[in-house]
Amino acid sequence: MEYFLQQLINGLTLGAVYALIAIGYTMVYGIIGMINFAHGEIYMIGAFIAVITFSILGIVGITWVPLALLIVLIVSMIITGLYGWTVERIAYRPLRGSFRLAPLISAIGMSIFLQNYVQIAQGAKIKPLQPMIRGGIELMKGETFSVTISYLQMIIMAMTLALMIGFSYLISATPLGRAQRACEQDRMMASLLGVNADRTISLTFVLGAVLAAVAGVMVSLYYGVVDFYIGFLAGLKAFTAAVLGGIGSLPGAMLGGLLIGLIEAFWSAYFSIEYKDVAVFTILVVVLIFRPTGLLGRPEVEKV
Amino acid sequence: MTAAERLKDAIMAAGVAALLALPLIGFETVDTGGPLGIKTRFDYIAYAAIAVFLGRLGMRIALDWRRNYRESLADKLDPVDAVKHKSVLSDLGRKADKWLMPALIGFAIIMPFLPFANRTVIDLGTVVLIYVMLGWGLNIVVGLAGLLDLGYVAFYAVGAYTFALLSMHFGFGFWETLPLAGLLAATFGVVLGFPVLRLRGDYLAIVTLGFGEIIRVILLNWQPVTGGPAGISGIPRPSFFGFPFAADPPEGTTSFHQLFGLEFASLHRIIFLYYLILALALITNIFTMRIRKLPVGRAWEALREDEIACTALGINPTNTKLTAFAIGAMFGGFAGSFFAARQGFISPESFSFIESAVILAIVVLGGMGSQAGIVLAAAFLTLLPEVAREFSLFRMLAFGAAMVLIMVWRPQGLLAHREPTMRLHPAGTKPGGGTP
Amino acid sequence: MTQPLLRVEHLTMRFGGLIAVNDVSFDAHEGQITAVIGPNGAGKTTVFNCIAGFYKPTVGRLTLTRNATPYLLERMPGNDIAGKARVARTFQNIRLFPKMTVLENLIVAQHNKLMRASGFTLLGLFGWPGYGKAEAEAVDLARYWLDRTNLTDVADEVAGSLPYGGQRRLEIARAMCTEPVLLCLDEPAAGLNPRESADLNTLLRFIRDEHKTGVLLIEHDMSVVMQISDHVIVLDYGRKIADGTPDVVRNDPKVIAAYLGEPEDSAAVQGVV
Ligand SMILES: Nc1ncnc2c1ncn2[C@@H]1O[C@H](COP(=O)(O)OP(=O)(O)O)[C@@H](O)[C@H]1O
Ligand SMILES: [Mg+2]
Repeated sequence: MEYFLQQLINGLTLGAVYALIAIGYTMVYGIIGMINFAHGEIYMIGAFIAVITFSILGIVGITWVPLALLIVLIVSMIITGLYGWTVERIAYRPLRGSFRLAPLISAIGMSIFLQNYVQIAQGAKIKPLQPMIRGGIELMKGETFSVTISYLQMIIMAMTLALMIGFSYLISATPLGRAQRACEQDRMMASLLGVNADRTISLTFVLGAVLAAVAGVMVSLYYGVVDFYIGFLAGLKAFTAAVLGGIGSLPGAMLGGLLIGLIEAFWSAYFSIEYKDVAVFTILVVVLIFRPTGLLGRPEVEKV
Repeated sequence: MTAAERLKDAIMAAGVAALLALPLIGFETVDTGGPLGIKTRFDYIAYAAIAVFLGRLGMRIALDWRRNYRESLADKLDPVDAVKHKSVLSDLGRKADKWLMPALIGFAIIMPFLPFANRTVIDLGTVVLIYVMLGWGLNIVVGLAGLLDLGYVAFYAVGAYTFALLSMHFGFGFWETLPLAGLLAATFGVVLGFPVLRLRGDYLAIVTLGFGEIIRVILLNWQPVTGGPAGISGIPRPSFFGFPFAADPPEGTTSFHQLFGLEFASLHRIIFLYYLILALALITNIFTMRIRKLPVGRAWEALREDEIACTALGINPTNTKLTAFAIGAMFGGFAGSFFAARQGFISPESFSFIESAVILAIVVLGGMGSQAGIVLAAAFLTLLPEVAREFSLFRMLAFGAAMVLIMVWRPQGLLAHREPTMRLHPAGTKPGGGTP
Repeated sequence: MTQPLLRVEHLTMRFGGLIAVNDVSFDAHEGQITAVIGPNGAGKTTVFNCIAGFYKPTVGRLTLTRNATPYLLERMPGNDIAGKARVARTFQNIRLFPKMTVLENLIVAQHNKLMRASGFTLLGLFGWPGYGKAEAEAVDLARYWLDRTNLTDVADEVAGSLPYGGQRRLEIARAMCTEPVLLCLDEPAAGLNPRESADLNTLLRFIRDEHKTGVLLIEHDMSVVMQISDHVIVLDYGRKIADGTPDVVRNDPKVIAAYLGEPEDSAAVQGVV
């Protein structure tokens, strides 16, 4: 029982991170119908910027954790957002209206490029980060095992929750959200009605990148290590989460992220850690077979 | 665009580049044992900004120049001719099927006997041909049927491991194992494809990507069978239809050089392997050319164009896609067998996602569905890293950038041209009139 | 009385809360043109989509009788409705294979027949002569319809390069190449000029009279409907409001009322009256 609870906490933490990344996939898919394959790399860049900024702050002597965390978050969000914007401008915008596979290939190329760019710029070695936020609360004490939730896990979950709420508000109640939903339904019509579709799409990429940056900051703190390769698998799983939840649906991405995190945590704990990724993908396939639109995706009937 | 506008645009681009470069290039993390140390490299930021500035300016000028050129051309020619002048490459694409393919095949056949052909060159040729074959195999799935398969390497792996296991544990020879490996890969294709092929295209992409990862994870972890990360070594090399390539053949067998009364040379096997993959690749090509003209091939292309219309014509979309998927997988399996036989050693490392990405890039860059384009793309993408070996660090960087740039520059691929599978009026005659 | 070619009974189709088709029943007969008319959004295309298997009806039975064999369309997947029951259709928004040639479009339409002839590809791969013969026959059938639709000269052009009217005709030719017993045409005259429209009428009459194919026709142009259809069904808000010969329908007060909401169409009705 204690063990189960502990895995639940670990799984939810991991799931929160996947959910943050998954939102980027789902938003981009919703608005331009493409898989932004390079999104995992954007998250990796967010994590790298976090590590670098933390290290610089450590050297300049800003070590008060809340301040350092705030600065790192802001820096990482801004620069990663700019990366997201640039990627869209260079690799995707010229291909809008091209055949379906073209932007995807371009995205794969971009992903390879960014991965190697970071590898060249920062080296292939794993980058460690000194643990900054230690300790936690012991929730339950069993005979052999006690359930703890670390402060960091609490921060990650709280932060994710706050971002999700803020984000849902952004999409449902602000002009940007409205423009976004309009473009999603009919980009041509939206442009005719005065929505700046290009800007809306750009902003979508920036927002997705900003959330991925937060995920990157959290992960660099949580695991304490970062390397140039983390984007691939995390991106793949976050995309799986988006599809599981129903791609194009924001609550779906959140739900999917949490589920993937939980599946991974429990599978590793009770079965085998080696095959945890196999479990994730198998469940994805099963869900897609029985519910092709994902858990919360609206069924989509093409009109003819 | 005026000069001032161009300048402003380039300055903005340089500014963005500087900002992007600031954390990742401007600061370098260094290991100090404890907390990470930081070295600054601000000069690199300046270089990056200058490079982007010049690049952007150059690109703007080139684009404007091209537009002016096209406009002037359009003024001079009547619209019909202007269309013909559109691009040298699309013209090449149209001619590619006529002369480029025969030329390439002819070159491939005589290549080992050309003066520059040493061991390295032939080995390189073999590698290119493996990718050509993989490209042609995947082309059936992606180029003809329009199904996005991001896990093609899984079938390549299935073929390779099947070959390795059968030939090591059951003593099967190359020619018995080859069809079995292809068959098993096709079976995997069917098993995977059956549930997922009714899904939307993008879901197919992610499921195949996941499948590729699953296969890799299994190969890494199923120690007793796959040998885990260490892989399988000592896979028997193919013989020349029963005559081994050995300096001293075992008692009672004749080796290749004895059979032909030649001096023993290790190059013989290299050349044999080269021709073997050439033959396998050509079989793939001939198969594709033929099947395009059969109902199933036409149905693949029709499905790529419009699935709903296909259903309304009585075509079963799932089964039709399944055949494409399985046949593509089969050729992947054949290529995998060859790979295992040639290397004598396989490990999961050879079957990572990046391989799938490279093969997909070959198909799409070459021009979807263009057989000759795939050859050029395969040669380009496999030789580029070889040529750039001194800058090995920058190889994959250039590879990724090339993928993006070629897509942006020519999304339809290098040689995009579709030759009709049949004609009502023989080529060269104009309907309703005499020959032109 | 023999079984009608198509019998639609109590067809209902819901999309969430919206009832697009509400308890509609009608028959369509062999060798007749049955027109389905009604204002925009009345549910005409939805009826077609149910017949062709693109949607599964919420309620209702759709029986097609071919060679005295009944086919329950609502239970069949779309490709079997086309392939086995032999119902062919065109789309309101043209759906050709735009990068394939005109001829190829017509050959793809004969897929099932050719597939069998090629021994499900195996024999065809090895150049079995039987397949060559079947293919030649398929080309002959294609040529027949190309001649009828005036597309022979452009047979080797890619379908996407045809002008609009040509694409409409090609879509009909492609549907006919499946050798259907029931041909469903969704607004085939939309966007055609008067000349093309007149040619279309001739073509439809030819299909009805020479091939005895039943035609189900959605059409907005009242003059076309009144001239060529043998039987008219009027839908409004998903319900059938009239059913009968053109003469009966055009004098039906309910039909006139339904069309009065749309000045253009009511003028058209009265013009013919
Ligand atoms: N796939 C669908 N999902 C939701 N509503 C639909 C769908 N298809 C049709 N409808 C609705 O059903 C009604 C009838 O549409 P339709 O059959 O296309 O009308 P018509 O062809 O007579 O103009 C319309 O209100 C339309 O919006
Ligand atoms: Mg309609």
